[in-house]
Amino acid sequence: MLVKQISVFVENAKGRLAEITGVLADSRVNIYALSIADTTQFGILRIIVEDPDAAQNALKEAGFTVSITDVLSLEIDDRPGGLARALKTLSENEIDVEYAYAYISHTIDKARVVVRVEDIAKASEILKAAGFSA
Amino acid sequence: MRPEVRFYQKELETMPRDQIRELQLTKLKKLIAYVYERVPFYKERLDSVGMTPEKFKSLDDLKEIPYTTKEDIRDHYPFGLFAVPTGDLVRIHASSGTTGKPTVVGYTKGDLDTWSDLVARLAVAAGATEQDIAQICFGYGLFTGALGLHYGLEKIGATVIPASSGNTEKQLMLMQDLGTSLIVATPSYALYMSEVARDLGKTKDDFKIRLGLLGSEGCTPEMREKLEEAWGMFVTDNYGMSELFGPGVAGECVFRCGHHIAEDHYIPEVIDPKTGESLNEGEKGELVFTTLSKEAFPLLRYRTRDLSTLDYSPCACGRTMARMAKVNDRADNMLKIKGVNVFPSQIESVLLTIEQISPNYQIVLTSKNYMDQLEVRVEVIDSTLLERFAELEALQQNVRHKLHTVLGIDAKVTLLSPRSIERTAGKAKRIVDQRGKNTI
Repeated sequence: MLVKQISVFVENAKGRLAEITGVLADSRVNIYALSIADTTQFGILRIIVEDPDAAQNALKEAGFTVSITDVLSLEIDDRPGGLARALKTLSENEIDVEYAYAYISHTIDKARVVVRVEDIAKASEILKAAGFSA
Repeated sequence: MRPEVRFYQKELETMPRDQIRELQLTKLKKLIAYVYERVPFYKERLDSVGMTPEKFKSLDDLKEIPYTTKEDIRDHYPFGLFAVPTGDLVRIHASSGTTGKPTVVGYTKGDLDTWSDLVARLAVAAGATEQDIAQICFGYGLFTGALGLHYGLEKIGATVIPASSGNTEKQLMLMQDLGTSLIVATPSYALYMSEVARDLGKTKDDFKIRLGLLGSEGCTPEMREKLEEAWGMFVTDNYGMSELFGPGVAGECVFRCGHHIAEDHYIPEVIDPKTGESLNEGEKGELVFTTLSKEAFPLLRYRTRDLSTLDYSPCACGRTMARMAKVNDRADNMLKIKGVNVFPSQIESVLLTIEQISPNYQIVLTSKNYMDQLEVRVEVIDSTLLERFAELEALQQNVRHKLHTVLGIDAKVTLLSPRSIERTAGKAKRIVDQRGKNTI
């Protein structure tokens, strides 16, 4: 399934992450998944939240550089090889994964990952055909 | 967009060259006699080169007189170079002394009258009329900028709002409610006010600003363009310094092809800053001014430390007064980085052409193992770059590459969030030089 991902530019300064999550807390936005990639100087925080529009507005107002994009949220089996099987399917169909990170799952025996690919519609179709609930 | 050509003192501003020279000579002869009699420092200086008021015959004789420097003023702090007793002063201003004592300047009643005429002249040349509602967002106080523009704008009959600097939301409220049509501010503060306005959900259509008389810090053509776009206004620059009254020495007309110098009140020269030799029209060097009308604090051949060129060719506006090229390069501002001369204006010109970053930036100089390090801090505003990490790195590389092309030295480029560089209501703190403060 498609979910909206929020990306925020974060420079490596003391308390930046606390500030961002504080803004989300103040606007009562719940975070489902989070990933941060960084160099020594700056990073990009990517989050999946309950209310993406509210999150984007709140962060923009607080002066952050924010973008919103569609990513794939994929359900996999919560056992060894669960993620590998999904990624293999994508790889065999020549779909490159730019990045991926784990997502909260409320179903026992199931896990969720967020996967960023160029062509979401195509990836989604392929995964569905392979029996995934994507 | 360009306001129509107007004059405040048309006869003086369009005087033929020979008449300008005649007037200058008459005033200069009087000035030489005046300072010879009243200021011991100048008597000594003139005596040292064998010059007396009687011997002074032509404008060329001016070249015989030694230069006066900022150090000379400092050495005679506070009133040593004044030509009138303090009882005759009606106003004192001072320039910010970053090191030690400030430079104190004084004005007689006559001086204030001349000064306000000079500022009125530049305001009208820039397009201001008696119908304008002018909001002065310079800090009032010892600084000459705010009161200088205040008196000059009042003199032309404009409505002056002495808002001073800071309290930006209130500034914007006044602008909107009172229908301000002209703002006086530093370029960096005008930029900051536009950011705050945008945050408050306001656009330039919510305001009636048509003119910006910006000054007191450098403004590259790129920055000017951003400001005109942000406010929908026509921006002009003017030139002055407290030693020479303050604003009013020179100002741009609506054609913006250099600043017209009020040559009936100042004689400009350009010299080689190293050798002190006079340079010709069109050659770049340090500006030197001799004041012709100042009563309290006259200056002979004062070295400004500002680099510019002079142009005596006629201007499309009809003014005959010489034009000086815009001063982006104050000699004091020149940075020496890894042995290379760098002007902050060069860095600004590069940064403002890059769309993905905000016009706010900071230059930080440090030294590591006795080697200079140049760091340029910029704010990322383009959120589409967040899709891929590589795009942010590409931006960083792009800024670095462009700086290298212009400066010839390598800079570390630091990407920051918007608003992380400090905004000020006065002159922006664009340069942080920490060299020599930290070891290794």
